[in-house]
Amino acid sequence: MSGPTHPAAAGPDLVADVLVIGGGPAGCWAALSAMEAGASVVLAEKGYVGTAGATAAGNSSIVYTLPASAGREKAIAQRVARGLGLVAADTVDRVFDEVYRQLNRLADWGYGFPKTEDGTSYRGSMRGVDYLRFLRQRLVKGGVRILDQSPALDLLVADGVVAGARGSDRRTGAPWTVRSAATVIASGGCAFLSGALGTRNLTGEGYLMAAEAGARFSGMDFTGQYGIAPRHTSVTKGIIYFWASFFDEAGARLESKGDRQDIVANGLGRGRVFAMLDKASPRVQSGMRSQANIFAPFDRLGIDPFTQRFEVELIYEGTVRGNGGLLIGRDTATDVPGLFAAGDAAAREEMAGATSGGGGPNASWALATGTWSGRAAAAFARGIGAAHGDRRAATPAPAAEGRGDAADTAAVRAAIQREILPLGRSFFRSTAGLEAASGALETAWRDAGALGRTDAIARRETQAMAATARWIVASARRRGESRGIHRLADRPARDDGQLHRILSGGLDRVFAAPVGARHMEAAE
Amino acid sequence: MIELVSESRCIQCNICVKACPDNVFDAVEAAAPVIARKADCQTCFLCELYCPADALFVSPLRDRDDPVDEADLVARGLLGSFARNMGWKNAKPRGTDKDLTYRMFEDRDI
Ligand SMILES: Cc1cc2nc3c(=O)[nH]c(=O)nc-3n(C[C@H](O)[C@H](O)[C@H](O)COP(=O)(O)OP(=O)(O)OC[C@H]3O[C@@H](n4cnc5c(N)ncnc54)[C@H](O)[C@@H]3O)c2cc1C
Ligand code: SF4
Ligand code: SF4
Repeated sequence: MSGPTHPAAAGPDLVADVLVIGGGPAGCWAALSAMEAGASVVLAEKGYVGTAGATAAGNSSIVYTLPASAGREKAIAQRVARGLGLVAADTVDRVFDEVYRQLNRLADWGYGFPKTEDGTSYRGSMRGVDYLRFLRQRLVKGGVRILDQSPALDLLVADGVVAGARGSDRRTGAPWTVRSAATVIASGGCAFLSGALGTRNLTGEGYLMAAEAGARFSGMDFTGQYGIAPRHTSVTKGIIYFWASFFDEAGARLESKGDRQDIVANGLGRGRVFAMLDKASPRVQSGMRSQANIFAPFDRLGIDPFTQRFEVELIYEGTVRGNGGLLIGRDTATDVPGLFAAGDAAAREEMAGATSGGGGPNASWALATGTWSGRAAAAFARGIGAAHGDRRAATPAPAAEGRGDAADTAAVRAAIQREILPLGRSFFRSTAGLEAASGALETAWRDAGALGRTDAIARRETQAMAATARWIVASARRRGESRGIHRLADRPARDDGQLHRILSGGLDRVFAAPVGARHMEAAE
Repeated sequence: MIELVSESRCIQCNICVKACPDNVFDAVEAAAPVIARKADCQTCFLCELYCPADALFVSPLRDRDDPVDEADLVARGLLGSFARNMGWKNAKPRGTDKDLTYRMFEDRDI
């Protein structure tokens, strides 16, 4: 359905110091810091910078703490404990420092942080759509060229160095090219078109393009992540269920070990599940109401969630609130020269460990790694020099033209989703289930490659989902224990002999292998 | 998914065509935009914020059609309600500083 409606005219052909792919918080901060470092910047976004991505639709809490304070120590300790052995406290501290600095600047620029009753400016939560509109205006004012509705589809590579990207304008079908000295992948995570809030565009092309250039991944094992939503709605806002009771269809209260997702998942294994937000005080209720997206479903369906039971489901969120992504070093550089990654596009075990980084860590990570990636990309561009636009650049993996049509696209997507979206595949993993998924996904990968070019965007989205699914399954198969959001039915216990990260990658041949938890520093 | 572009309210500014993150609308010469790719709609409600005329309505149901009646939506106070609740007016945020989310975080360590 995303095909162009007009014949393709030629789109822009631009030269810039830095190209940023994806305009959520990570991409906007990347563009901003590259611009502030004096680089010329193009920001290419599949949707619209301001409304696209998980933050715009979802809102996000973020961790704002004074450096070296008791609050900071507590926030770091909480991260380390929740990460189950894989969080790096010094990385977390560095991320929180950057958040503190940048949110203060945002306030100085006039962003309207709310005040609590005692007059304190509250900086622990961002209204996504307000926040991104504010950043967009800042970018426009600073001269960043924004390409909206313009997904990037292929990287350009010159002599092993990433040299920009090509894409397509989804309104017109016009192809565009940006030749850049450095490129930042900030295209978010991959949620496999599950329907989770704000994830329609998050299908993994950034991963696929980077892998074609030779980049590797980490943390794809920690992807058993689902959000709770009122049934049939998109609103996977998990926070409200801290104040929920859960019930089965007969009205019996559901309890189980673990967190609220576990209660719902176990309940869904036996039948329908209902929730009621009966533990929320009037003051907490007013806080919830303030996030209008939480209440849109209730108000529009005529439900009072504080006194009435409503049915819930779990929707897969993949690497959006799970942790897998491109392997990066301290300055966000990937394995490939000239290519940087930030936000959900980057692996974040050092920040979130083995559990979801939702609820503050992920938004913090997006801001910090975004800022660092823009700075590092601008510095890399200075090193390459102004003549970079003259390099001979080509796409690394010119894909063979296939013949599949829209119906085939839908069939391949459904085949991928069958192996990833069901609770029995990604919430409750098992060695046998992963093995079956692995086989089916090899077929899906080949079928995705054979899709036709009539809709280049749909084709690349489908290939990217197939590739990401294979890295997820290959990585999960290498973790022979349960830890955080990797739950393996036949190995239900944690095994601290496996306190390592799992790297993955590859296209026609996928690989996954463990490395030491502090691999990234060791590699420097 | 998006269910309504009100022809009587729409002022044909085409902001929704530009600002929808999923390119769901098509502009139409001298008329209200049309919902051209409904299946791509991610049920994010954000087009309602950007519409200066309260002419759009998004059903919270993401996976099925949900036909609506404009008069009924108006009677139930739902048309434009997302923008009102978010404090957006004329496609601009005016409620950022009125967010009470912090009240959730006072309650416990979440
Ligand atoms: C419902 C929900 C609630 C959440 N709540 C919280 C929270 O409270 N706290 C928290 O810390 N985290 C939260 N998260 C996670 C948080 O939203 C993400 O970590 C954050 O948005 C990551 O920012 P990003 O810029 O990396 O990705 P995104 O915000 O997802 O942005 C990625 C952008 O890249 C674009 N893109 C994709 N492919 C391409 C392409 N091929 N070419 C060009 N552009 C492309 C997308 O359109 C998108 O705009 C939540 C997530 C969800 C889904
Ligand atoms: S934003 Fe509203 S007023 Fe403008 S074209 Fe769209 S529906 Fe019409
Ligand atoms: S709800 Fe979101 S995706 Fe759907 S039409 Fe409106 S802006 Fe576009």
